[in-house]
Amino acid sequence: MDSNRERLTKAVKNFQFEITTILRVALLVIVDFGLLWFIAQLTINGFYVLAVILLIILVFNTFVFLAPKAYPLRWMAIGLSALILFAIFPILYTTYVAFTNYGDGHLLTKVQAIEQIEKELYLPEEGRSFEWIAYRSDGGEYLLWIIDAEGNTNLVRQSEANYEDYILPVIAGEFGIGELDDKGAPVSIDGFRRLKSIEAAIDTQLTNIKFGDPEKTIQIRSTNEAAELLPRYIYSADEDSFTDQVTGVVYFENQGTFQSEQGRTIAPGFRANVGFKNFVSFLKSPALRGPLAIIVSWNFAFAFLSVFLTFSLGLAISILYGDPNFPGKKILRSLLIIPYTIPSLITILIWRGILNENIGIVNTVLRNLFNFAPAWTTNRWWARAAILIVNLWLGYPYFMLVTSGALQSIPSDIYEAAEVDGARGWAKFWHITLPLLLVAVGPLLIASFIFNFNNFNLIYVFIGGGPPIPGASTRAGYTDILISYVYNLAFEGGRGVNYGFASAISIVIFILIALMSLAQFKFTNMWEEVSENV
Amino acid sequence: MSEQNKANKKPRSMSKQRRLGIVIRWIIAVFLIFFSIFPLLWIISASVNPTGTLATARLIPKNPGFQNFKNLIGNPTFPFFRWFWNSAKITTITTVLTLSLTTMAAYAFSRFRFTGRTTMLKAILLIQVFPNLLSIVALFLILTQFGTIIPAIGLNTHLGLIIVYLGGAMGMNIWLMKGYMDTIPREIDESAKVDGATDWQIFWKLILPLLRPILVVIGILSFIGTYGDFIVARTLLKTTELYTIMVGLQIYTSGMFSQKWGIFAAGALISALPIMVIYLVLQDQIVGGLTQGAVKG
Repeated sequence: MDSNRERLTKAVKNFQFEITTILRVALLVIVDFGLLWFIAQLTINGFYVLAVILLIILVFNTFVFLAPKAYPLRWMAIGLSALILFAIFPILYTTYVAFTNYGDGHLLTKVQAIEQIEKELYLPEEGRSFEWIAYRSDGGEYLLWIIDAEGNTNLVRQSEANYEDYILPVIAGEFGIGELDDKGAPVSIDGFRRLKSIEAAIDTQLTNIKFGDPEKTIQIRSTNEAAELLPRYIYSADEDSFTDQVTGVVYFENQGTFQSEQGRTIAPGFRANVGFKNFVSFLKSPALRGPLAIIVSWNFAFAFLSVFLTFSLGLAISILYGDPNFPGKKILRSLLIIPYTIPSLITILIWRGILNENIGIVNTVLRNLFNFAPAWTTNRWWARAAILIVNLWLGYPYFMLVTSGALQSIPSDIYEAAEVDGARGWAKFWHITLPLLLVAVGPLLIASFIFNFNNFNLIYVFIGGGPPIPGASTRAGYTDILISYVYNLAFEGGRGVNYGFASAISIVIFILIALMSLAQFKFTNMWEEVSENV
Repeated sequence: MSEQNKANKKPRSMSKQRRLGIVIRWIIAVFLIFFSIFPLLWIISASVNPTGTLATARLIPKNPGFQNFKNLIGNPTFPFFRWFWNSAKITTITTVLTLSLTTMAAYAFSRFRFTGRTTMLKAILLIQVFPNLLSIVALFLILTQFGTIIPAIGLNTHLGLIIVYLGGAMGMNIWLMKGYMDTIPREIDESAKVDGATDWQIFWKLILPLLRPILVVIGILSFIGTYGDFIVARTLLKTTELYTIMVGLQIYTSGMFSQKWGIFAAGALISALPIMVIYLVLQDQIVGGLTQGAVKG
């Protein structure tokens, strides 16, 4: 009886197991096929790097869900995939982009760039030419009637618009064509007006319009001649070069641009590896190096002062009100923690209003009291002071919370021992409280330093990096930090975006952060050792 | 006699000194409180100030009213509730997905022993050191390329933004969650295993219900982080109707800020309130989670 039941449950279990296995494999196959299609599409579009990383993710997941050995990883497969794709890969990709010229003028792949250059046409001296008559509609559309040397006539539409047929036969009664004159040109077309030759001659637009099939356009060359355009540059795959059909100049491929010996280039360029060019260029170019020196030194000063000020105020508050019997302690903490509870972006915007140079409340009050109004946004030192004040407001509650916790964990017998030795007030603080506290919150100080080192929101939202540094070749301001400078380069460059250069600076920041984190981890170990000893 | 005197005198002078100390400290506290809550008071007063510009802002406005709040509704240049809804949607979905991914991964780290386990844990922590803002260019390009093939997960879509956020789902959260799970005795799952429960059943029926406190902490931290994110959303979303509330507020204030101060104040207040309430009610849990996370990081 019992063994029967056991066998039954075992059978049910096996069945369940098989069902789940089948379901799992079926799901995996579906997902894999979807991903494979996606990867194929990426490859077709020339996004090879992304295709490779997705292929790695695909292989990884397939392995994890099939191999029994990888069972624990199934529990985190999706999370790990997201981590690889949106955390690890971006770091690697940034590194890769840092060594390329990716940016405005170099957005395409080489194949796409060559295709685009081959599309460029020119009006040859010879070639198929026509006599022409132009027709214009009230809406500014044009039709062109042409007749070639053999006397074949056609009506041609504009190439920019989308039509099924660009070239129409000239038959009276069709397409609104009225009677034909002795040459075979329509006297009238519905909706269009035939231009007299003097009208056509002074119509400045007419000579710029391309007519006919976009692949093989016709353009007006003179008052009595229109001609078929020919490709201007001919590509030679063997030499990897373009030859200009007009001038005969040869352009060779050079770091993502086709360049002639005289240094002339053909647009567009394409993405290409440029080695350390991005890294070298800000060391060499004075227009870049100047602002960068200001930005880097302010970046460090800003991070250091922010940590120092927020930590000092936070610590002062927790020492002043650390006494557990202090009346109203709870309500005080709730009131002082308020800056921490509002999303920082909102409060930065509020501070922008409060510190408005002309009509903000702070300057209104200062003007009335002292007849003095600091230029919070236009003077670089006041702007920096404003940023530090706002950051002090944003940051002190965190250190207030952290240090009050840490202060309580300092054993009171240490103080008693010190008092026996005659230590009083400041001496106790300098020689006992501060050192022990610094050991405990050291890692947090470094973390805060790293955070402020990259405190993009504050700089960007409060003041946009301004006031601007004069003479900078890219958008840069006196309060810009590296990360906001990078953002401007990549997304807000008035003179074109430069992903390659932006990524190169990102890499430098990565390295700085890595070094600081290393210090932090070391600090953490030290802290653990110390706390073990206590 | 003199000794007794001394003993009597000391506590009295101490308490006098103590009282003086409390008074001085409260005087300082008043200044601190003023510094701390002034922006909040300022924005509250601006939101009920009917004149609605920065130049006419007063701490105690004349004829206070809710005109600015009414102007938020159906305002074509400031589709505030649209943005608020976008934020609510994106933040909620991200938080739920973050919790699911984190909890399952932490379960594996806590309960299974496999090669590379500690290396992976450390690597996850290390990657987290680098803010995703630094690789924003790469994220932008990835979504651009995704979008050319499947527009629904490309640039300027909420789905694209959410999947980017999920890249940061693991990290510190895993450590917090794993640490908490490690405190749940393994005997619980072992006895369930003897009774024939599968791993999934143990996770779903036994462990998960015990995780409520840490789920709340991680959930809130993730919610606040996602809700407050500005730069990733700012970079990846382009259309006004798709903005999150933080992007919307920033863009709205970028031109002629001072003229629109009142209506901005009303919007800012509504967007800040949910988070403020969560914080003040749950401050102990949040602070615990934050400092613990920071110490370990």
